[in-house]
Amino acid sequence: MRKGQYRFVAGFLFVPVALYVIFVIWPYIQTFGYSLTDWKGQSQTFDFVGLDNYRALFQDDVFLKAIWHNILFLVFIPVITILLALFFAFMLNVGGRSRAGGVQGVAGSKFYKIVYFFPQVLSLAILAVLFNAVYRSDGGGLLNGFLIKIGLVDADSPVEWLNEPSMVLWALMLVVVWHGVGFYLVLFSAAMQSVPRDIYEAALIDGAGRTQSFLRITLPLLWDSVQTAWVYLGIVAMDMFVLVSSMTQNMGAYGGGPDHHSDVMSTVMMRNFLYYGKSGYACAMGVVMLLLTLILSVVTLRATRRERIEF
Amino acid sequence: MGSTAHHGAEGVGRRDLIKRSAALGLVAVPGMGLMSACASGGDSGNSDGGDTKGKTSKDNPFGAKKGSKLDVVVFKGGYGDDYAKAWEADFGKKLGITSTHTGTQEITGKLQPRFNAGNPPDIVDDSGAQQIKVDVLYKNGQLLDLAEVLDAPSVDDPAKKVRDTLIPGTLDPGMQEGKVVALNYIYTVWGLWYSGKLFKEKGWEEPKTWDDFLAVCKDAKSQGIGGLAHQGKYPYYINVAIMDLIAKKGGLDAMKAIDNLDPKAFVGSDAAQAAVEAVYEVVEKGYLMPGTNGLTHTESQTRWNQYKAAFITCGSWLENEQLKQTPTDFDMKFLPMPVLSGSKLPFEAIRAGSGEPFIIPAKAGNLPAAKEFMRRMLSKEWSTLFAKQANSLTILKDGVDPGVQLRPGTQSTVEASKAAGDNTFRYLYTEWYSEMGTAIEAASNELMAKRIQPKEWLKRCQAAVDKQAKDPASKKNHRD
Repeated sequence: MRKGQYRFVAGFLFVPVALYVIFVIWPYIQTFGYSLTDWKGQSQTFDFVGLDNYRALFQDDVFLKAIWHNILFLVFIPVITILLALFFAFMLNVGGRSRAGGVQGVAGSKFYKIVYFFPQVLSLAILAVLFNAVYRSDGGGLLNGFLIKIGLVDADSPVEWLNEPSMVLWALMLVVVWHGVGFYLVLFSAAMQSVPRDIYEAALIDGAGRTQSFLRITLPLLWDSVQTAWVYLGIVAMDMFVLVSSMTQNMGAYGGGPDHHSDVMSTVMMRNFLYYGKSGYACAMGVVMLLLTLILSVVTLRATRRERIEF
Repeated sequence: MGSTAHHGAEGVGRRDLIKRSAALGLVAVPGMGLMSACASGGDSGNSDGGDTKGKTSKDNPFGAKKGSKLDVVVFKGGYGDDYAKAWEADFGKKLGITSTHTGTQEITGKLQPRFNAGNPPDIVDDSGAQQIKVDVLYKNGQLLDLAEVLDAPSVDDPAKKVRDTLIPGTLDPGMQEGKVVALNYIYTVWGLWYSGKLFKEKGWEEPKTWDDFLAVCKDAKSQGIGGLAHQGKYPYYINVAIMDLIAKKGGLDAMKAIDNLDPKAFVGSDAAQAAVEAVYEVVEKGYLMPGTNGLTHTESQTRWNQYKAAFITCGSWLENEQLKQTPTDFDMKFLPMPVLSGSKLPFEAIRAGSGEPFIIPAKAGNLPAAKEFMRRMLSKEWSTLFAKQANSLTILKDGVDPGVQLRPGTQSTVEASKAAGDNTFRYLYTEWYSEMGTAIEAASNELMAKRIQPKEWLKRCQAAVDKQAKDPASKKNHRD
């Protein structure tokens, strides 16, 4: 490098790094600091309590349950979303019946692509309103209304979708998957379009069916995109705050019901932080969330690491 | 992302990262010192006794200074915030103090940073779903003891102290550790509500006993109408019914046992057992409005307005909240909770008390004006302004000009209050112990969904009480 170039580069790097340190790293450090105190959230007087908050955390049934709910989301949301998105993307791009000398999507694929993307333009808040109407617990709900009409559900005892411990997590998961599939479909489509057609054509000539060309060609060549999607969806699964707090039965504040069956770490944290006034304790939860998210990212990146295929 | 994973430099980068994060850990310790430094720097907003202190006089006992500014933050919910604007205009006219008005639903979001920084507003209506809990603010030393305002001469009759012009007991919910730190301004009654029109149509009588109540529910159900509706998504509301029944059955002692965290507040209390079994009977017999357990307050109240249920549990804000949804001939009526047999309190007894806490932050910039503002809130003139703008009563005794025409629901609460006389009660555990309140609500939610039985409900509530009793801070709250 030429003389002076380092300074030039450093100049450009400094501002973003400084912003990052002030607005991301410093709050993390502060949170850690507060997590060692009995801060109550509405003033700056507090005492240092060492690791008491962390000790209490591992005996807090509600928080431990919430971790499990996040883990459940973590397992199912990425898997279901990615599989569906991959399937649809494959069908839209190369899944069509092969006519002479061409590889193409199913009929009307352009139309589908736009339709699938629709949910993604809705904000989470609108999504919550929408699905509250779908899951509404009396005959006025979309699902209940339909099921009552076709006689599957008794009008006197409609299904309380979000008030059933065994159903509430799945009901929430459906919202996230419905919301996410369109975006990842477009992501995967873009990646698929960069795969040279001649590879598919060669496979076709060799007699590969849809399944084989998907598993042997598409998936390996899309691995980078899948990995990215996995990390993003993992972060979504670790959060879930908006949907849980605005859709589920209220447990004091920030949803989480029935009986904490849908509580996730972020809702428990906010409830403790503001509603119970146990802010130092909530900061300890925040630190645990940070650690779990870090571990998750590292594990995901390691576990999905593969040889890169050049094409 | 993955494509760079095999790059040679990556390993070094990671090791560097670990080293750096260890360094960050070291920074965290002095960071603590910095934070407390912030804390001590936060008092600059406090200028009590400084340039906001004017001359005191008979009309102005706190010496609110003409030309100073008052920072008012009001929860803009069911009651709107027009009443506060009317007050502020009057305040400006009479005292020459201009107000900055903020009407918001996001009390916590807007005020938490200000409390922490030490420059809170001068007076706050701290209500709504996003209120900053009063117990939390108090524990943080942010609230002014309102004794000074309450012992000041009343605007209407300077011979009397402000505190003697209020409905007895209405200051209690604003007490923390024996001090009044929040003025719960609105007089609210809780219980059941029904439509006078529907009852006339069906020939139902106002039920005074629980058996009569069940009979109405049964008849309603046979005609395809739900018996009892509640706002299931917020289990707070069904607790109105359960807790009222406990207090009426067992008398004030049963209520105080819960507030005072008695080891026999629930398990071993006959009143609690009878009450929860009575409510569970409604569930078991299918008298709940279908689906009500999962509905929000607006959804289920609107259903009730559409004659889909005979009764609903709520406080007296209901009428104002449902103004738009209520049919004009609905004839909304309040009903005290019907009594179980052998109840210690009569049917007329109601849960009544004050809500909508107004607070003055201890570190308010213009304390004299804030105190004067609150003193004037408790005058007949301002109380009438409120009743007109917000369709509700205040804690001021006879606080509304007789000329003001009230809506049917509000009118029926006035009559119910008169009939109740001194037979009113009010739980305080919800103000004192947010966490315990949540645990009881969670249990009630399970009970209404038939996932637990009354016995289990009692056990869970008792466990919540016992857990709260272990917290040393709860020793300071006690009612006799």
